Amino acid sequence: MRNLLAMYSVLLTGLFTTSSAWAERIMPAQGNAYASEVDSLYIFLLVASLISFILVIGGMMYFVLKYKRKSANDETPYISHDHKLEFLWSFIPFLIFMFVFAWGWKLFREARTMPKNAFEIHVTGQKWAWNFDYKSGVSVTSSSSEEAAFVIPVNKPIKLIMTSKDVLHSFFIPAFRIKQDVIPGRYTALWFEAEKEGEFQIFCTEYCGDLHSQMLAKVRVVSMEEFENWMQTHPSRALGQMTLAERGKYLTNKSACTACHNFESSEKKIGPGLKGLFGKERQFEDGSKAIANADYIMESIYEPQKKYVKGFGGVMMNKYLPKDLSAEQVSWIIEYIKSNK
Amino acid sequence: MSDSSSPSNKHHHAHHFDSAEHEFDASKFGIWVFLCTEILMFGGLFVGYIFYSGKYPEIFEAGSQFLDWKLGAINTAVLLLSSFTIAISIRNIQMKQKKAAMRNMIITLVCGLVFMGIKYKEYTHKFHQGIYPGKYFNYQPHGAEHSSKDANSHGESKGEHGKVEHMDSLPENIALYFSFYFVMTGIHGTHVIIGMGLILWCLIRTRNDEFGPEYYTPLEGAALFWHLVDLVWIYLFPLLYLI
Amino acid sequence: MSSTPGKNYLNEKSGLWSWLTTLDHKRIGIMYMISVLSFFFIGGVFAMLMRLELFAPGALFEGNTYNQMMTYHGTIMTFMVIIPGVPAFIGNFVLPLLLGAKDVAFPRVNLMSWYCLMVGAAISFLTLFFGGVDTGWTFYTPYSIQTNGTVLMVLGAFVMGFSSILTGLNFIVTVHKLRAPGMDFFKMPLMVWALYSTAIIQVLATPVLAITLLLLASEKLLGVGVFDPALGGDPVLFQHFFWFYSHPAVYIMILPAMGIISELLTTFSKKTIFGYRAIAFSSVGIAAVSFFVWGHHMFVSGQSELAGVIFSFITMLVGVPTAIKTFNWVATLYKGSIEFRSPMLYALGFIFLFTIGGVTGIILATLATDVHFHDTYFVVAHFHYVMVGGTLMAITGGIFYWFPKMFGKMYSEFWAQMSFLFVFSGFNITFFPQFILGATGMPRRYHQYLPEFTSLNQISSIGSWTIGIGFLIALGVIIHGLLKGEKAPKNPWGGLTLEWTADSPPIHENFETTPVVTAGPYEYGR
Repeated sequence: MRNLLAMYSVLLTGLFTTSSAWAERIMPAQGNAYASEVDSLYIFLLVASLISFILVIGGMMYFVLKYKRKSANDETPYISHDHKLEFLWSFIPFLIFMFVFAWGWKLFREARTMPKNAFEIHVTGQKWAWNFDYKSGVSVTSSSSEEAAFVIPVNKPIKLIMTSKDVLHSFFIPAFRIKQDVIPGRYTALWFEAEKEGEFQIFCTEYCGDLHSQMLAKVRVVSMEEFENWMQTHPSRALGQMTLAERGKYLTNKSACTACHNFESSEKKIGPGLKGLFGKERQFEDGSKAIANADYIMESIYEPQKKYVKGFGGVMMNKYLPKDLSAEQVSWIIEYIKSNK
Repeated sequence: MSDSSSPSNKHHHAHHFDSAEHEFDASKFGIWVFLCTEILMFGGLFVGYIFYSGKYPEIFEAGSQFLDWKLGAINTAVLLLSSFTIAISIRNIQMKQKKAAMRNMIITLVCGLVFMGIKYKEYTHKFHQGIYPGKYFNYQPHGAEHSSKDANSHGESKGEHGKVEHMDSLPENIALYFSFYFVMTGIHGTHVIIGMGLILWCLIRTRNDEFGPEYYTPLEGAALFWHLVDLVWIYLFPLLYLI
Repeated sequence: MSSTPGKNYLNEKSGLWSWLTTLDHKRIGIMYMISVLSFFFIGGVFAMLMRLELFAPGALFEGNTYNQMMTYHGTIMTFMVIIPGVPAFIGNFVLPLLLGAKDVAFPRVNLMSWYCLMVGAAISFLTLFFGGVDTGWTFYTPYSIQTNGTVLMVLGAFVMGFSSILTGLNFIVTVHKLRAPGMDFFKMPLMVWALYSTAIIQVLATPVLAITLLLLASEKLLGVGVFDPALGGDPVLFQHFFWFYSHPAVYIMILPAMGIISELLTTFSKKTIFGYRAIAFSSVGIAAVSFFVWGHHMFVSGQSELAGVIFSFITMLVGVPTAIKTFNWVATLYKGSIEFRSPMLYALGFIFLFTIGGVTGIILATLATDVHFHDTYFVVAHFHYVMVGGTLMAITGGIFYWFPKMFGKMYSEFWAQMSFLFVFSGFNITFFPQFILGATGMPRRYHQYLPEFTSLNQISSIGSWTIGIGFLIALGVIIHGLLKGEKAPKNPWGGLTLEWTADSPPIHENFETTPVVTAGPYEYGR
């Protein structure tokens, strides 16, 4: 009886697991033809897997039930091997494996061969934001606080030239079934062509620290006209028409300061909230104090490990070098902080 | 590597072996397997070396100019000699020549000391020049004063041993070469010290009459280890000094 | 050589000191058992906490805390549980018994390897007092160079690596030199073949991990620059080095588990193994090929396209011997006399889960699909199916199989079967939804997720509690058996391998007289 119960549970779980595999959504929405080609391969693999699973586990269940022990002195035949059978069940899987290997290779080639006429965009990963720099000078950043959309035209091959400022990241758009690690110190590339308008999710899939799971962005696919229009009017091209504080706000987002700091509230994130900071007294971990003036803010950007605000000891902020943020740009950020009273 | 170090003069093989030969065979086999792991460990370093010397041939070329190949050659000779003497000492034990065996072990130890002494001199000289591993590397090329003296395109000025004392322009990331230099010779040096410890231990046991023609497994193991140390150096020397 | 009646390896000497200085492989095996099970408990608690956080993201932990738990869970489970689990714990106990030997070749080395594991583990746990480590168990550069605690953790893993090397070395020599008279290589039980193949991997792959970790530590301490792009190094090289060890390491984890399964299936179906040589050679074959597939972890890492293609191809080749084993196990059941004892249930559960793990492995070895699934929950589900559904099921089955031999006591069969029920069903509830999560795009190592992933994550968390209950029941069965179990006979299951001819528990010398082997290990029906 006990044994029956156990067997029953085996069966039940088997049914549950296989049926849930065929639940409605087994893959994300397809953003282009390549995605549907990958899905065909995946479906083939799934069906082949299911068939072999049913053969192996079905056979196992059948034998287990049919040849259940009847008495303590059951006789069993001595069957040591069968070359023909063994050859078959080595060779058939081998053929299937070679087939899916070749199929996978074919698609992989397609994804890796960069088209010549592609529209190029520079992508920079950093903790914890994605930067998209267009040749026109337009620049978009998604930090963890805002998933600013990265806009691309429909039906145009897009090539992403990618690198990282700090650690490894990985750029993943499920809808296009593509992914590529982003590596500091060198460039990697990725291409795709969106064939549907709409918004698609971007993830970081290489572990990169505290806010790895919030290093998100969206790609918005629009028509060519809409894209042109978006580029023409994008604020990053019109820095000259902004006030200094507005430029500062733009920079805090672009340089991913907003990944760890709230500027428009004093609530803490990874680092302290900065609203109303300017001119206030700061308490540090080592017990010292200072007034948060422009010098202090500049030092905190260039040498963040010099003074730790009380309660934030050991929180490692990325160091910004003058090549990342010039002194002029730092002063914009200071103006922005000043404006958040 | 052996598990059989009985305190008595006469060695008894452990209970799970049939005979002393059986134990000797097993122990020797174990030592060989251990040497395989050592080779793979150094193999990892060599792969890294090959990878970067392919990627940045210029820094490996420039870096090797800082090493004195003569010192390296002396060390090679010293280690080869020591490998020879330790092998002879096994022969001595087999022939029951205790005195000669001990003498050869002492020569081996002295060779090890000479090797380490030269290494020490090389290291301190590097530190003196500001050549430290990795991010502590702060060698300052003395460009202006020396380049006029020397027509050599690199602006090198040769020291008395023929090695480079100063260089004008160093390729970027030359510290990487010295990282390999320090890590490889450092790990190798650690092995030399361990090997010397093992041989010293065998020396003491020989003095206490624990080894004889029937039983000398630890000495055999120590000697094999010492040969490996020698072998690794034979690869390190050309890779680091003679590129 | 003879012993007094009533004496066995457990009661021959007493006191903690006699255990800590023992050279008896069986006692060392039991010490491994205690340490591995404790580590498993700790690693399991971390897993539970992670699943709890993922039930309602943001309610319990911050990102950094979650990442640390993820790191400790991974490091503990790989380096302290699964790698020493089968070879060092079960292997230590059964290998000499299976061979008809009195002990392993180097008992002192054997004891030393246990101490290496303990010291290494202690060093790793020390990191908890210095702010913790959040690198993930893979220590990828340059993140691991920039974050805290890497050096100590890496040092711990380095010392534990020695434990693994020494065990492997010991087993290779033992298999070569200490087989009972008459036992040629093809009369060895398949568990021995599996342990032997594993030992080869341990000896050949672990030194590469050792040097990699040493380089990583000197990277952090001295900034040697080998893996740091800021100093001209290449972070992808670290991945090559790391996976050159860590891919063979997954075979260190699964091969001996496969060995256990071969033993369990033959004993409980009272039938000779089908295709002995095929299974034996496939163990060695897997071990050999496992050294050339590491790049399949790196299809999107920035390695060349050609490398990706080659690694995908060789990975497909590993699929063949793995498939052969599975088919042979099922064929062994044909016309057998199958008894549903708890070890057998675990063995059948192994085949079930390992098959799912295996076919999803092929999906991941295929280039185009892997690009999509890489570093998503699909991968998490896949390797848990192999490592937990495979290896841990086999370890638990192995414990229940050899428990009477280890302690001379029986355990409650009913509760052992209940533990299987909970572990098996809980396992599927936990990890099957993760395949779907991964396929629909949820990346791994996320402590928060998009709302569309909520329901499957919650199912998964509920499943994890079920597994937890299952393993607690199993622990209860073991403790209850130790304290209150009936006395076990010499051969409770009717096994034909040599360990069943020894007393339960065996005497210090294992056998009264050295056995002489004339037939193969599974000569049922002859």
